[in-house]
Amino acid sequence: MSTTSGARLPSPVLQAARLGIRRGYIEMMHSLTNRADQIWIVVMNGVFVGVLVLQRNSDLADTGYSLAVATLPGLIGMNVVMGEWMGTAQMLAVEREDGTLLRAKSTPHGMLAYLVARVTLAVLNTALGLVIFLVAGLFLLPGLNDVPVSGWLMLLGVFLLGMLATMPWGAVVGASVKSAGAGFGLTFLPMIVLIAISGIFYPITGMPDWLHPVAQVFPVYWLGAGMREALLPDAAAAAELGGQFHTLTMFGVLGGYAVLGLLVAPRVLRAMARKESGSVVEGRKAKAMQGWG
Amino acid sequence: MAIPQSTSSPVISVSDLHMSYGDHLVLNGVSFEARPGEVLALLGPNGAGKSTTIEILEGFRNRSHGKVSVLGVDPATADEAWRARLGIVQQSWRDHGRWGVRQLLEHLGAYYAPFSEPSRPRPMDVDELLATVGLSEHANQKAGSLSGGQRRRLDVAIGLIGRPEVLFLDEPTTGFDPQARRDFHDVVHGLADLDGTTILLTTHDLDEAEKLADRILILAGGRIVANGSAAQLSREVEGRTEVRWSQDGEHFVHAADDATRFVRELFQQHGDAIGDLEVRRSTLEDSYMTLVHRFETDPVGSAQRETLEVVR
Repeated sequence: MSTTSGARLPSPVLQAARLGIRRGYIEMMHSLTNRADQIWIVVMNGVFVGVLVLQRNSDLADTGYSLAVATLPGLIGMNVVMGEWMGTAQMLAVEREDGTLLRAKSTPHGMLAYLVARVTLAVLNTALGLVIFLVAGLFLLPGLNDVPVSGWLMLLGVFLLGMLATMPWGAVVGASVKSAGAGFGLTFLPMIVLIAISGIFYPITGMPDWLHPVAQVFPVYWLGAGMREALLPDAAAAAELGGQFHTLTMFGVLGGYAVLGLLVAPRVLRAMARKESGSVVEGRKAKAMQGWG
Repeated sequence: MAIPQSTSSPVISVSDLHMSYGDHLVLNGVSFEARPGEVLALLGPNGAGKSTTIEILEGFRNRSHGKVSVLGVDPATADEAWRARLGIVQQSWRDHGRWGVRQLLEHLGAYYAPFSEPSRPRPMDVDELLATVGLSEHANQKAGSLSGGQRRRLDVAIGLIGRPEVLFLDEPTTGFDPQARRDFHDVVHGLADLDGTTILLTTHDLDEAEKLADRILILAGGRIVANGSAAQLSREVEGRTEVRWSQDGEHFVHAADDATRFVRELFQQHGDAIGDLEVRRSTLEDSYMTLVHRFETDPVGSAQRETLEVVR
């Protein structure tokens, strides 16, 4: 592609990437100023912080640490999965249905900007959750002040790898489902189940043994485990499976999900984008209307 | 990708376009052209292939075979620089409900800035555009809070923000009240004059096609069965225009090939004796019904019959 344009015009691809970041930021601002979103953010995070308050005085599997100390990292890990996997899947499903995606396709380099915006928004949303939990933790859990720099670096590493491990799969689900409703059902329910069996709110050692390998197949468990390892003192490993942290396996599983996801997602997204057209969006709308009528 | 073109070469050129989904043949040899600044209406019953045709031209659907070129480029292999020269308005857009009207136009306009040309500055000025589509007073409203007609005008504004050389409008006024429809027609009339934009629109509404289009294409059974202005289509179908008058208390009817000349001669011969003059050309609806009916009752015959080409 060669344009005979003047030198001062920005490169279209760079311009679109920049616009994608701006779009993600604008969408974040829309979310933060939207009443329904505000209520959702306050209630959801309020519930989780409430759990921390209630668990403050329970003991973590005889380690001498409060249960809340173990729940906080779990919440941070869970927040990554919710924001990146569930959030991305639902957003993609909704925006295929309402025509946002087709609009992006109709705009020069719009799809590139759209993808950049999805990543930007997911990162901003997840970072917001991280900040809320950490601030709550600093007030509620005195032990958090003692976390060494290496612990914070590991938190950042697990946070970034966790995003890479979950977001592409959210895109795959969002690109594959037939409707926004299916997008919600296919992510929200499995999410609840995975959170329940992955030792986020209660040590996994308290779960039936046969559930352990099931939980360990999915990144929810490993994100929680990675965050616990980053923030908790070594002695807290007693509450983990086998009485120790599994650092390599954790990075291995999350890394595996990330690599596979980044290989699969672009293909699925490209196939999905190719299929979008006016009549496809129109047909989906007609079907959705029938469903409500 | 700027391809030098003389002003007379067609902006859209379709020849022998075929499209089938599995065994189902939707387009069976469609051919037509659009010249710069022309407004073309694609009419036809449901399932005739209007949307399929427009989606192939937009580059959103791959054809089975045939030659297609839009702005000198094959849409199936066109790049983003080509896309920057198109405007697209679809049937049902509900996207960006949380965005402000001005905010959305400014954002989407920025994608076109790298494709600006001295003769065609991109994007369009947002205030000017808002005034064109009559949304100035709603500039700060959220897109999701607009009425149906306002929302569609926003869609048209988005279609125009990149100062397109070709604009595709797919059933633009479906679900409009009469006022919104009239406003919309005024907007479209302004466009073709404004920038020499070539417009291809699909519609069910014959009245709309007659009002907006320089030329009407009727698509039935996957073929173009008629191609011409509303007046030309009427003449071709009915052949004649009906003239009624009275003379000395007696009433007369005559089907004239050239009504103007017939009436002139009538007055030359009889002068003041003529009264109750009425010249009735068949409406586009008459022509449309006849053409579609002709096709539906005898698809083979009308396929063999030479496609009605009244232009050129």
